[in-house]
Amino acid sequence: MMGRTMFIDPARCIGCQACVAACRECDSHRGKSMIHLDYTDEGHSVAAMPTVCMHCEDPVAPCAEVCPADAILVTADGVVQEAMKERCIGCGNCVHACPFGVPKLSIEEMLQYKCNLCYDRTSEGLAPMCATVCPTGSIWYGTLEELERERPGVRVTDVFAFGDLQVQTGVAMVLSPDYPGEAAPGGM
Amino acid sequence: MKRKLPYPVLAPGVDDFRDGGAVPARYWEAPERGEERLVPTHCSFCGVQCGMYLRVDAKGRVFGVEPRDHPINRGKLCPKGVVAYQQVNHPDRLLNPLVRDRRNAPLRGASWEEALDRVVREIRRIQEAHGPDAFATLGGASMTTEKAYLLGKFARVALRTRHTDYNGRLCMVSAAAANKLAFGIDRPGNPWADMFETEVILLAGANVGETFPVITQYFWGARDRGARLVVIDPRETPIARTADLHVRLRPGTDAAFFNGLLHVIVRERLTNEEFIREHTDGWETVRDTVAAYPPDRVGGICGIPAQQVIDAALLWGRAQRAMAFHARGIEHRIQGTENCLAVINLVLATGQIGRPGAGYGTITGQGNGQGGREHGQKSDQLPGGRDIENPDHREHIARVWGIDEQDLPRKGTSFVEMIGQMERGEIRGVIGFCNNPLVSLPDQARVSRAYDNLEFHAQVDFFLSETAARADVVLPSTSWAEDEGTHTNAEARVVKINKASEPPGEARTDWWILCETARRLGAGDKFGFASPGDIFEELRVASRGGTADYYGITYKRLEDTGGIFWPCPDLDHPGTPRLFEDLRSRYPDGRFRFHPVEWREPAEPPDEEFPLRLTTGRTVAHYLSGNQTRRLPGLVEQTPRPWVEVHPSLGFENGAAVRVVTRRGSVTYPALVTETIRADTVFVPYHWPGPAAANVLTIEALDPISKIPEYKVCACRVERGDRIDPISSPPVPPYMEPYGEEVEPLADRRPPTAPQGRGTSEG
Repeated sequence: MMGRTMFIDPARCIGCQACVAACRECDSHRGKSMIHLDYTDEGHSVAAMPTVCMHCEDPVAPCAEVCPADAILVTADGVVQEAMKERCIGCGNCVHACPFGVPKLSIEEMLQYKCNLCYDRTSEGLAPMCATVCPTGSIWYGTLEELERERPGVRVTDVFAFGDLQVQTGVAMVLSPDYPGEAAPGGM
Repeated sequence: MKRKLPYPVLAPGVDDFRDGGAVPARYWEAPERGEERLVPTHCSFCGVQCGMYLRVDAKGRVFGVEPRDHPINRGKLCPKGVVAYQQVNHPDRLLNPLVRDRRNAPLRGASWEEALDRVVREIRRIQEAHGPDAFATLGGASMTTEKAYLLGKFARVALRTRHTDYNGRLCMVSAAAANKLAFGIDRPGNPWADMFETEVILLAGANVGETFPVITQYFWGARDRGARLVVIDPRETPIARTADLHVRLRPGTDAAFFNGLLHVIVRERLTNEEFIREHTDGWETVRDTVAAYPPDRVGGICGIPAQQVIDAALLWGRAQRAMAFHARGIEHRIQGTENCLAVINLVLATGQIGRPGAGYGTITGQGNGQGGREHGQKSDQLPGGRDIENPDHREHIARVWGIDEQDLPRKGTSFVEMIGQMERGEIRGVIGFCNNPLVSLPDQARVSRAYDNLEFHAQVDFFLSETAARADVVLPSTSWAEDEGTHTNAEARVVKINKASEPPGEARTDWWILCETARRLGAGDKFGFASPGDIFEELRVASRGGTADYYGITYKRLEDTGGIFWPCPDLDHPGTPRLFEDLRSRYPDGRFRFHPVEWREPAEPPDEEFPLRLTTGRTVAHYLSGNQTRRLPGLVEQTPRPWVEVHPSLGFENGAAVRVVTRRGSVTYPALVTETIRADTVFVPYHWPGPAAANVLTIEALDPISKIPEYKVCACRVERGDRIDPISSPPVPPYMEPYGEEVEPLADRRPPTAPQGRGTSEG
């Protein structure tokens, strides 16, 4: 059950970094972007891909599971929050545990930072900043039904396969029409 | 009064753009937080003109941006748009006038009184000694339409010089000239929302993923509804990467390719004979011309498989509805106008015009590239898209301006031609607004000599551009957030720019500077404007009855609707989103004109000494000469410096120092080795000043019709270099500590990860 969430479509990414710029505008971490934007096919094509927090559901977000300070809260609506500043000890466990390489550690502050799905916006019914500005709709926010209306025949998944291990996430991926698997490939 | 149309105009998922903007201002919603105020406006950068809100705090300072659900962009923004607001309170802002006591003396602060006195004294001295035409104005298309209009009027009425032109001469003039020749009107034919209803989109020489990122949503919207996308570009650009067909032709061979398409369409009997017969002139000559462009020959000229010519032609020719778009890639050529005409020939031969999902348009580059070119800062033009050599047009404008027609100067020369006149001493004084020729013009060594040769040079800007830093007087103007006015986007949709904060320091608006200078020159009675609204009211009347008729547009209507497409001849006219619905051109006889085009070699074809083709262009994090974007930290971090893109077959390793040599000069860049460029072509982005400026290398060869320079192709060779050329940091006013050349990340000599910039994990 995907509900209202983010959908990532790497095929549409033009690598412009509007998402990165928009993420820096967030009032809770101004000047810092939580988005990773990688050029994934260096030297061969201009392909690019954004990585945001996938808000893992099953198993329970690994970052939260391994946090020795219980600093990472998963809210009832399934959003994996950034580490609470008053609890975070900057140990970096979450950085190592994340299957997608999402959390960032600020060495100067000894604090973890990561995407919280723009909780200040999404909890008020607004789309996250990155999904609002993304020019191509490579990062898109809404329900699967809305996405299907806009993109007839779209294929999506909220399951990633890391070898035999499957991770179900709160954020979904768009699969290319000719991709053979049902789950998105984990890792790059 | 609304007309009933015989076909549905609502595309799926699109509001009725015929309302001239779809979402009335009272429905624009965005969160208000605490003491914060949201000012609706549009972006300061490109011709898309995305809507945005500027966030203003209780003290009246602009401190952020909030996406705005405007019909142009639906909340979307590119990385430049997101950080545009950071220009407003930027530490580099010019806060007071600067003057130089002698040519080699440093700039120092001055009062407005002293600076304007000096400007007026020099104008008088030069004009009295050498005639009115010895003083010139050079404008820009990032100014509001009000300012562009006023600059043209200032040149003709206050200075009485025929020498006025603007930086659109480096941008959209080829398309403008072609549009006038073929259609009798210079405007794109369709709103972008028409793409949702098309079957085939042909996109030529337009890196929209980087230069107009936000309109990629229209291309994807079209593809989601089944449209096929054909991209014609020598490089694999982000929009080309996933296109249904990417034609990677050699730079400088576009006309041959388009003639090849038409050749196949004629051969396969896919022309629209009824449309040609009823609505066009000149088809036979074009048909005979393209007979000499069979796919095999075209494939050879363009360096592509002949089959691609056939595939693209059949896609276009068999579509019920097809749209063609192009940008600087085909326009920056000595046959730029002809290239556009070759595309128009294809459009006309198949009757793909004036319907939802069928049409044609250039994608104008600058923020007000359309509005800035319609109302008279251009050398051959008067307001309303009128012709300065047409007696009726002269009479109308002279009447509006309250002058004798005899006193209205004649047609002047183009921007690049004026550089030659400056070099030869025919033009001895220049006042420049909103341009940066010491980065943007080809053959920089020559441009530098021309500016050095001036007796007097004043420059108006809100940052100290490379050109302003060399001026005798620098006048500080406002950013787009500190004044109101209108922009006309690349669809010809007029939108309202709103004031969000007061100007910093003593900065004044460009229109105040023009009015005050005119007053001191004794023409104050013609420049008694108290607000941009006053200027717009005169502009409405001046444009009335012209092709670019703004008479029916008012600030109130723009604020109520979110935008109106010109022509809009009276106050209850809804505006004109789509041209040619009646299948009539704007020539008196209503017929569209074909123009035969023969492909011609570039001005400087490759030879043994210079075997490769150099092409230049933009990258997504920067805008034009970079005077604005090279100062914004996020953008500098994304793309700190220029590079040269080379194919792996040339044998360099990634990051190596590679010297690019042309007959004008040489620059050593870090190599970005990538298969996304042709083996016979190298690419350099042009946003940086010398010594690493791409325009040290480019050729000053002009299209004889549009006078646009051939930025997109010249001959070069590449060789192993020893030291990568440093880039200069942006100039700052004398009261600021200079950044220096070795500050991070400017000292970084690495190429980007990809043409779009450095990945965020690259550090």
